[in-house]
Parts: sequence; C-alpha cells; structure tokens
Amino acid sequence: MEEKKIRVVLAKVGLDGHDRGVKVLARFLRDAGFEVIYTGLHRTPQEVARAAVDEDADVVGISLHSGAHMTLVPKTIQYIKEYGGKPEEMLILVGGIIPNDDIPKLKELGVDEIFIPGTPISTIIEYIRENLKKKKGSINER
Amino acid sequence: MMEKDEMLEIEAKRREWEEKCYKDWLKKTKAKDEGFESLSGIELKAIYDPSDVAHTDFLRDIGYPGEFPFTRGVYPNMYRGRLWTMRMFSGFGTAEDTNKRWKMLLREGETGLSTAFDFPTLMGLDSDDPLADGEVGKVGVAVDTLKDFEILFDGIPLDKISTSFTINPPAGIILAMYTAIADMQGVPREEIRGTIQNDMLKEFHAQNTLVLPPEPSVKIIVDIFEWGVENVPKFNLISISGYHIREAGSTAVQELAFTIADGMAYVEAAIERGIDIDKLAPQLSFFFNSHNDFFEEVAKFRAARRMWAKIMRDIYGAKNPRSWWMKFHVQTAGCSLTAQQPLNNIIRTTIQALAAVLGGCQSLHTNSFDEAWALPSEEAVRVALRTQQIIAYESGVTSVVDPLGGSWYVEWLTNKMEELAWKYIEQIKKMGGGSMLRGVLKGIENGFFVKEISNAAAKYQREVEEGKRFIVGVNKFTIEEELKIPILKVDPEVQRRQIERLRKIKAERDNSSVKEALDWIKSAAENNENIMPAVFEAVKNYATVGEIIGTLKKVHGTYRKPIIV
Repeated sequence: MEEKKIRVVLAKVGLDGHDRGVKVLARFLRDAGFEVIYTGLHRTPQEVARAAVDEDADVVGISLHSGAHMTLVPKTIQYIKEYGGKPEEMLILVGGIIPNDDIPKLKELGVDEIFIPGTPISTIIEYIRENLKKKKGSINER
Repeated sequence: MMEKDEMLEIEAKRREWEEKCYKDWLKKTKAKDEGFESLSGIELKAIYDPSDVAHTDFLRDIGYPGEFPFTRGVYPNMYRGRLWTMRMFSGFGTAEDTNKRWKMLLREGETGLSTAFDFPTLMGLDSDDPLADGEVGKVGVAVDTLKDFEILFDGIPLDKISTSFTINPPAGIILAMYTAIADMQGVPREEIRGTIQNDMLKEFHAQNTLVLPPEPSVKIIVDIFEWGVENVPKFNLISISGYHIREAGSTAVQELAFTIADGMAYVEAAIERGIDIDKLAPQLSFFFNSHNDFFEEVAKFRAARRMWAKIMRDIYGAKNPRSWWMKFHVQTAGCSLTAQQPLNNIIRTTIQALAAVLGGCQSLHTNSFDEAWALPSEEAVRVALRTQQIIAYESGVTSVVDPLGGSWYVEWLTNKMEELAWKYIEQIKKMGGGSMLRGVLKGIENGFFVKEISNAAAKYQREVEEGKRFIVGVNKFTIEEELKIPILKVDPEVQRRQIERLRKIKAERDNSSVKEALDWIKSAAENNENIMPAVFEAVKNYATVGEIIGTLKKVHGTYRKPIIV
C-alpha cells in the first residue's frame, strides 16, 4: 500500500507580506512528495489554526518576518487546541527572522523547531521526515 | 565607436586569440569554459573587447553626465559637487524611540532621514485594532495620528533635512501629516523635501502591503500627484520601486523591467488625468536594490537611467530636460544577508554599496549586519553608516564621474540589461493592448508578475540547494557557531503605551470635525474626486490612519491576493 502523504499546512500569520520563503518552501515540499496547503497572506491565528485542524495537518509551518512571533505563534497553537486539534501530534515549525533569544522561548511554548534565514530546504525536509514519526510514535507508545 | 578597418582587425585578432591562446590554455589547465553567468543568469564570456560594443555609439548611448541619455549620471559633476544622501531606513517602537534613534544617526553623520513604519501603520490599521496585536512598533514606528508625527519630528527642522517615508496605502495620509508639521514649524510647503514611497503596483507584484484593489489604488496615487505638484513642489510624490521585486526573488533584469513598466503605468495614469508631465516628472523618483553581482548592478543602474530618459522624452514627450532624469535611491539587498556568521554581511553590504555609488545613486541605505536576526542594534547601524562614509571619504571613487563607463564589459552588460528589459516591457505593453497602464494592471490580474518572480526565486533556491551557487557561511565555509552579537529589543510596553495615547487623543479631539472630514473623504472617493484635500483636513483634526483607510475600504472594498505559489 502506498504510504500516506505527509500533510503540511504552511501559513503567513499576521500583517507581514514577505512570502518569498514560504512560497519557495511550498514548491520544494510539494516536489519532495508532501501534500502542501498554503494559506496565503495576512492570516489570523484563528484562520491558520482552522486550516491546520480542517486539513488534518501533520505539520504546521508558520512564517513570519514581522517580529510578532511571540504573540501570534502561541495564539495559533492555542486555537489549534481550541478547535480540537492536537499540537502534540503535529510538528509545529516556525520560519523567518527570529532573534536568537526567542528561539528557546518559542520551543517552550510548543514549537518543535525554528528555521532561520539561510536554512537549506533539504534540512527542513530531513527534519520533518525524521521527527514527525518520532513525535507521533512517542504519543502512540504512551 | 571606431573605424571599420580597425574593428575588423580587432575581430580577427580576437578569433585568433581564442583559437590559439585561450583554448590552448584551457586544454593545458583542464579549466572549464561554460557555466559562467551573472546572478541574473546572463551568460558571460571570459573577456570583452571593442567588438562587443561595436554597435554602441558613444555620443548617442553613453555621452556625458547631466545630458541625455544620462547613462553616466544625472548631474554633470556627480559626487564631486555633492555626495549621495546617506539615508538609513530606521524606525521602531513609539515616535519617541524613533526620534531618539534619528537624532543619534544625524549626530553620526547621516544626511537624510528615512522612516520605517510598523505593520499596522503600513496596512492602515490603528494600534488598537485586533489585527495589530503583537505587531505595534515591531518593524518600525507606530503612527496613529498627527500627534505621533509631532513627537517624531520634535527638534528636526523640516527646512534643513529631507525625510523619506516607506509607506504605500496610507502614503497620502503621511504626506498630509508631514505637510501639517511643516505648517506648524512655519516652514513654507514649497520648501519641504522628502519622498513618499506611494508605489502600490509593486505591492501587488511583490511586497504585499495590500489594502485596496489595484484600480482605486492607482486613482489615489494620481490624486496625490495632483495635490502634490500644487502644494509640495519639491517633494518626491512616489518612489517607483524595484527593491521589493528583487527581494521577492526576481532577477536584476526583471527588477529593472517591472520597475520601469510600473513607472510608465503611473505616467500614463497621470497623463490620463490631465497632469502636465513636465510638471510632475521632477517629483518622480525611483528605488532599486543592490545585490551581490557587482558589475550587473552597476550596469542595471546605468541602463535604468538611459531607458527612463528615452521613455520620458521619446514616448511621453516630456520637453524639459529635467523631466528626463531618473533619480534613484538604493538599498543594499536585505535578502543577501545571512543569519550565519553575521559579520560577513558587512562585506556583502560594502560591495553592494560600492556598486550603488559607481552606478550613480542619489541616496543610499546600507543594511546592518544583524538584520537577518532582528532590527539593527545601534552598533550595527553605525557600522552600516560608516561603510558609506568610508566609500565616500576614503576610497577615492567619488572623484571621477562614472569611472566604469567605457569598460567594454560594463558597456556590453549595460546594453544587455536594457535589451532584456525592453523585451519584458514590450510583452507587458502587448498585454495592455498598447497601454502600459492596462498592461501592468492586466499582469496583476492574471498573475504574470507574481509567477515571473516566484519562478526566479525558486530557480535561485534550487541552485543554492544543488550547490551550483555558493553562499559563504551558508552552503560553503560553514562553521558551528554561537550567536554573539547584541540584538535590539523593542520594549514590550510599546503596544500598551501607544494604545493609551490613541485613546487619549480620541477623547480630546473635536470628534464632530473628524466625522465631517471622514464624510468628506467618503463622498470624494464615491464621486471620483481628489481625496487629498479631505485627507489633509482629517489629518489636521487628528483622525487616525485606521479611520481614514477604513473609510476608503468602505468605498473601494478590501483586496485579497489570489494564492499563486
């Protein structure tokens, strides 16, 4: 049986319009065999969470270059839970301009990994393939 | 450029050199002769000689600075007379925070101001809008009302310094605020200098600060032209921008072509309104990116000036030679900065800034080395400014106008950039049935620009992924490192303080005058009249950015960009 495709919701949350990174990533993930749903620009945390839950996402990738990540990322995770999604079974990824000090804070708030500018897309693809199973597996073992 | 016999002799010698000397050498050293191309993918030969520019006519195509076609610069003496304006894009937090940073930059020798606004302001939202939560003061200064401008320009004399405002949907509001500050300072309106970006077309192509649909967006820009030529004749009413198109991933050729196409669209829209082109032209300015490929960037700047001169004189019939000038600002390429080994960014920025200067820019922003991590710290921004000052005062490149002019390679590449850009322009014109304005609007509607740019961005990334293109510190010469640079922190209290100020103003202002002015904006927008007099009235009465833009949204609707990956 063919393995189920990994479903990735990619999102631009908040007001910033820098979509070069997220769009290139969407193309490359698609080429690598992932199922990619891109939300488009200027989404609210609610809209992103709604897409993540409705699309049954395995991975949620949030892109921001606005400095608003400490507000908008935790809100998105909170709404995913509120809408009945399970962030603990998803990979929550953040990409963009994220100051170093905020990286551990975001991880504490439930983000699995942060990818800063210049990260090779192959690194992101490897990360998803390696860690999604681990994350889902650790849940199943419980 | 030279006698026919001499050219034939050179061509013969060139062939002989290629066969005997060059190819032998390649064979002996097992060196490759292919895969050499510019950052934009233009194939490059090993060497250029007079035969590569055989069809270039010196007087027609290159000529002298300060004269048509301005390939070598808009001023006859360029930086010998006056250096470019060192203008650092800057803003964060509240108006107080930004005013302080500006004064620091001016003390350090900056010669012009450039305002970065936060996202809510850029999108025409007030600081207390639910959509603004977490974004207030983050990437720039928060401006809700004229009160913020009063604080921003405290102690900054408008008759002494020019200010640039990177803002688009609310550009008219910001111009009105700046004019109101001039009135308060007692500086005659006809004296104030500066620039509003006010270029919505490139927002649809690339930068995505999108509020109103394309057609009303252009209508409002022309309103600002009409108001601006009468009220603030020394102020640049638009900065037609390729910068963001390039940042979104375009090639240098696309940046050049799409920017000029947009410029033509604006000129056509202004002519349709009945604005005298010779009156408007001196108030048009441009804004380009300077990326890593040094010669390609220099060639792009030179080609841009030559193309615009021809367009204004020969296509739109501008009579005054001043109308043929393309003045432009340059920013070094933000997208070239790496988070890895951040100090390397100083070197990148230096090369890019030098290209801008040798390309004849009128003003320049140099990026700070820490900007792949956050807004720049004071130390980082100082180094960035010093980079310009070292080029200006130590390198010696300012002593001679267009020192690269006459290089066979640079002239060939200038011609090549122009030739490739014209192809795009022809294509866009065709889409518009002969009109550049309709062509550009069509290209927004059918996704032409977005697709072109996205494809180029993906191609570039593929080359990086496949190791065909190197980025030092990213996919070559990488190290394990810990970040050791200080990072600017925006005070988390900014949002609360800004909202407090906004509430106070709303309580204290004359709310009936605000309502009257907003109603006037609405009726002007509905009746296809110029909105600027009404916008000025609203601004003076402390109407908020959100209230004014909100009124326009009610009339024109809100634009939602189609998703094209």
